[in-house]
Amino acid sequence: MFNSYTESLAVFFGINVLMAFSVYLPSSAGLISLGQGGFMAIGAYTSALLTAKDVPFALALAAGAAVAALIGVLVAAPAVRIRGIYLIIATLGFGEIVRILFINLEFAGGASGLSGIRPLTTLWYVVGVCFFVGLCLWRLRTLTLGRAILAVHEDETAAEAMGIKLLQTKLIAFGGGAAIAGLAGGLFAHYALFIDPEQFGFSRSAEAFLFVVLGGSGNPLGPVIGAAVVTLLPEVLRFLQDWRMSFFAVLLIGCAIWRPGGLVAARPPSRL
Amino acid sequence: MVFLQQLINGVMLGSTYALVAIGYSLIFGVLRLLHFAHGEVFMVGAFIGLGAVVYLHVGPLVALLCAAVGCALLGVVIEFVAFRPIRRRNGSLLAPIVSSLGVGLLLQEVATNLFGAEQTRFPPQFEGEMIRLGGLFVTSTQLFILGTSFVLMLAVHLFVSYTKYGMAMRASAESTDVARLLGINVDTVIVLTFAFASALGGVAGVLVGFAFSAISPFMGVSMSIKGVAIMLIGGLGSIYGAMVGGLILGVVEVMTVGYLASSYRDAFSFALLIIMLLVRPQGLFSGASAAKR
Repeated sequence: MFNSYTESLAVFFGINVLMAFSVYLPSSAGLISLGQGGFMAIGAYTSALLTAKDVPFALALAAGAAVAALIGVLVAAPAVRIRGIYLIIATLGFGEIVRILFINLEFAGGASGLSGIRPLTTLWYVVGVCFFVGLCLWRLRTLTLGRAILAVHEDETAAEAMGIKLLQTKLIAFGGGAAIAGLAGGLFAHYALFIDPEQFGFSRSAEAFLFVVLGGSGNPLGPVIGAAVVTLLPEVLRFLQDWRMSFFAVLLIGCAIWRPGGLVAARPPSRL
Repeated sequence: MVFLQQLINGVMLGSTYALVAIGYSLIFGVLRLLHFAHGEVFMVGAFIGLGAVVYLHVGPLVALLCAAVGCALLGVVIEFVAFRPIRRRNGSLLAPIVSSLGVGLLLQEVATNLFGAEQTRFPPQFEGEMIRLGGLFVTSTQLFILGTSFVLMLAVHLFVSYTKYGMAMRASAESTDVARLLGINVDTVIVLTFAFASALGGVAGVLVGFAFSAISPFMGVSMSIKGVAIMLIGGLGSIYGAMVGGLILGVVEVMTVGYLASSYRDAFSFALLIIMLLVRPQGLFSGASAAKR
């Protein structure tokens, strides 16, 4: 049905959608992260090391997501006190620290990376995980937790006065985002079959951030569209050859100027 | 003795970091903007310096001047094309970050297409001669870098402290609204800030090119991230914090490579960043709100 080119494009698009979701969930609680590449790395390495020990793939993926979520909560616990630009810088620093840590971890291959990962990710696996996560996020918006997250985003003080547990809500949002990034990392590792720390550096984190800001962070559809644009546009622009990334960069600047709220405008969920 | 030698190397590296971070801080101070393309301006500066040396056969000082002027112009263009339209439309907090990432990518891609992705270097005569000071070795290039950086830092200090435009810059950093009420043309100040910051970044690019002979379109990426780290360590928007933070980071990096392992080189800078965020988020110099003195 697919040739290998379109299949790999679809798989990487799905992984990018997951990375977009991983930025979207914390951002809907007002927590902007420029370090999701770090959580992706944690998920990728954890699951790859586990499947090398013959752990079933689904279990390894879940373990990768769990470890990423755990570290996400540990990082976020002190970090959610800081806001706005400080949080962006903190997450950026976290992403870099994870990258440097993996460079120095001998059992994970160090700077030369981990190769010979088993090819366990299939297109349908990616599609399934994407739909599952997407549905969860969509459903979340009308649940108590989702509304609490939205309230925290709109006005922290007012939310707290309404009895919403600020720290708990933020930790769930941030930990959830980290878990999704961990899932994306696990799927990525078992498709790329080779991972090294540089694949999860600043550019990966910035890319995930762009998916959400470009697409719009109002609802889960925005990040999907952002990921689609960023993943597929360079393919469509192939006729520009060496200049396609330059064109893409110009497009980014244009979007920041003319569509600062994202391609899909924000619309809050229906009233109670 | 080894320690002292490492210290000198660290201060030299740190002084170039400081120049980049001062630019970051000036822009952040006035605009509250994380200018992620500043590392790419630094990269462009290195290429302008290289071009001046290779094609115009000029000396190091003229090369620095070319880079400063070229990057100042580039900075002004960036402000007019990528940031001013967003401010006019009262874009969100995140739109300028997207825009700066776009500018950074654009400069990187254009540089790759024009100069190729490989590393290039300055002609060998720019490595300088070895000078012996007691038991220490320094090259004339190292002394040149140190001298230039410190002269420039002093110039920055004098500029923001005593000139009319420097004071306007500080006032705008304090509050753009109040500055406007007091009759300061904030738009002019912003253009000036971009020109000034970018010129410093360009000079730093040439200096790093002299010191490490490794110029590539991607040399700005790590500088962009390190600039943010330094700025935070020193205190967001504080130019003196940027100077001290840059020097500290340079020394820490060189010591790490010297006494631990080169793969840990960047670990400490970011560990320092996280510790500062948790313990003293306003930075060493508590100019958190503005490019104060």
